[in-house]
Amino acid sequence: MLRFVIRRLALAVFVVFAISIITFTLSHVAVDPAAGVAGDSATDDDLAAVRAQYGFDRPLIVQYAAYIANVAQGDLGRSYLSGQPVTTLLAERIPATALLASLSILFALGLALPLGVLAALRPNSTLDRCALTLAVVGQAIPNFWAGLLLILLFGVKLGWLPISGSSTLAHFVLPAITLGSFAMPALMRLIRAGMIDVLETDYIRTANAMGLARRTVLFKYALRNAILPVISLTAVQFGFMLGGSIIVESVFAIQGIGYLAWQSMSRSDMPVIQAIVLFISLVYIVLTLLADLLNAALDPRIRGAA
Amino acid sequence: MTALRHGGFMIGGTVLLLLILVAVFAPLLAPHDPYLQSLTTRTKPPFWHEGALPGHPLGTDQLGRDYLSRLIYGTRISLAVGFGAVLISGAIGISLGVMAGYFGGWTDTCINAVITTRLSLPVVLVALAIVAVVGGSLTVVLLVIGLLLWDQFAVVARTATQQLRNAEYVAAARAMGAGRWHIMVREILPNIRAPLIVVATVEMANAVLIEAALSFLGLGVQAPLPSWGLMLSEGKNFMFFSPWIITLPGLCLFALALSINLLGDGLRDVQGSRR
Repeated sequence: MLRFVIRRLALAVFVVFAISIITFTLSHVAVDPAAGVAGDSATDDDLAAVRAQYGFDRPLIVQYAAYIANVAQGDLGRSYLSGQPVTTLLAERIPATALLASLSILFALGLALPLGVLAALRPNSTLDRCALTLAVVGQAIPNFWAGLLLILLFGVKLGWLPISGSSTLAHFVLPAITLGSFAMPALMRLIRAGMIDVLETDYIRTANAMGLARRTVLFKYALRNAILPVISLTAVQFGFMLGGSIIVESVFAIQGIGYLAWQSMSRSDMPVIQAIVLFISLVYIVLTLLADLLNAALDPRIRGAA
Repeated sequence: MTALRHGGFMIGGTVLLLLILVAVFAPLLAPHDPYLQSLTTRTKPPFWHEGALPGHPLGTDQLGRDYLSRLIYGTRISLAVGFGAVLISGAIGISLGVMAGYFGGWTDTCINAVITTRLSLPVVLVALAIVAVVGGSLTVVLLVIGLLLWDQFAVVARTATQQLRNAEYVAAARAMGAGRWHIMVREILPNIRAPLIVVATVEMANAVLIEAALSFLGLGVQAPLPSWGLMLSEGKNFMFFSPWIITLPGLCLFALALSINLLGDGLRDVQGSRR
């Protein structure tokens, strides 16, 4: 187990390092950071002064080391537009995105779990075919289009739910359905496939032969084992949702980090953009690391394979 | 089971083929110039609504451009991005995956770390950031999506190559003096193409949806090109009074993505039944 943990941690550290190079390239190499700080009307002299003041005239490797040192201390720079520290901007916006992603995952799992289990109980039945059709259709619907249709139906036509903003929990219902319905198909397919495999194993046959209640066999023995890979996929999907929040948040005007990213991109506010890319990547890395370690702790075969 | 007997494969394949034909013959099929504006005939509804204009069966957009013609030309953009991005991402991902799977050891460890790094990056966000820096255009969007979507090709090619590298026919080729590159290109690649074709369909649908998303957010294909995502973005301010203005491009996107997914699912089922 220790060897697996060390190898997995080393990989995570490498990935963090690689992502930091990519985000540094975005904010310091791909664009002139001095131009961003000085503004559009800056003269050559202004730019030279800003480069000297902020150290943008130093060798890139020195700037990168300073960038890493600042990031390690929680300093992600300042927004070119508002002048506010990026960490402050992020801290204000993270709660809305975290709530949206959590509700979306709950919606996706709430639909995928019963559908996946029911479909696995009767493979190739009408219910199974309906569930698979729903999965195929769900994966093909562009989520920004789904969001607009939900706004038209539940917001405008029926008037049941608010269509923009993030001031109450009701504001998150339509966005969570939009974002969650994109993650649902993959989760449902995995639960279905896992349950079908587990239900064919000898220990389930033995449990059935011993006369255990159907519910006990299904939920205590089968689902517990089938759900293992779902842990990893849920972590991955949560990361995808943070990345995908930019589309849904811009459709529903939710004041989260996705909306902030979209606003920053429209105005080339690179410190904010690189910080959001770094933040979402770090969340994804930590989540997948935890999921892998949890899976390894639960399943000795994974530790052995490493 | 053969592919031709698979319902999903046939439906998906037929719709995709039809859309390819629409893209190829767009100039013959489109009733009007998709860029021609007419300020006197703005946001006219499709033929099933009252007030529809003769000669504009699917109505006109907010600038009076014929909607059917723009939807027809939009097929070209989505398919160009879908096929183009998959060609680029397939070339990168398959090369990396086959090398990792065949050489193993440190090569595998390094390439696996690169794959994990790519998987950790939020695709839409990074694509948007790059387009924000470089500037949006069809070529840039196609290249950016192609350079980002290679991870699944690499993962599948790596695993499939690992399973084949010690196969008897590979060992036989090695014993006959075949070089590493010859073995990878001539012996391994043709035998792992089936799962890779399935990945190609998934990634093509992804590329189509990502292009539409980037264009929808205003940082993809730029106006006046008739990208379906851009049409949705331009039409959303009018959707409360003219809902069809967002329904039609969305339906086109959905039909294209669904047809590609059905094709991929059919191929996967057929491969599964052969095993």
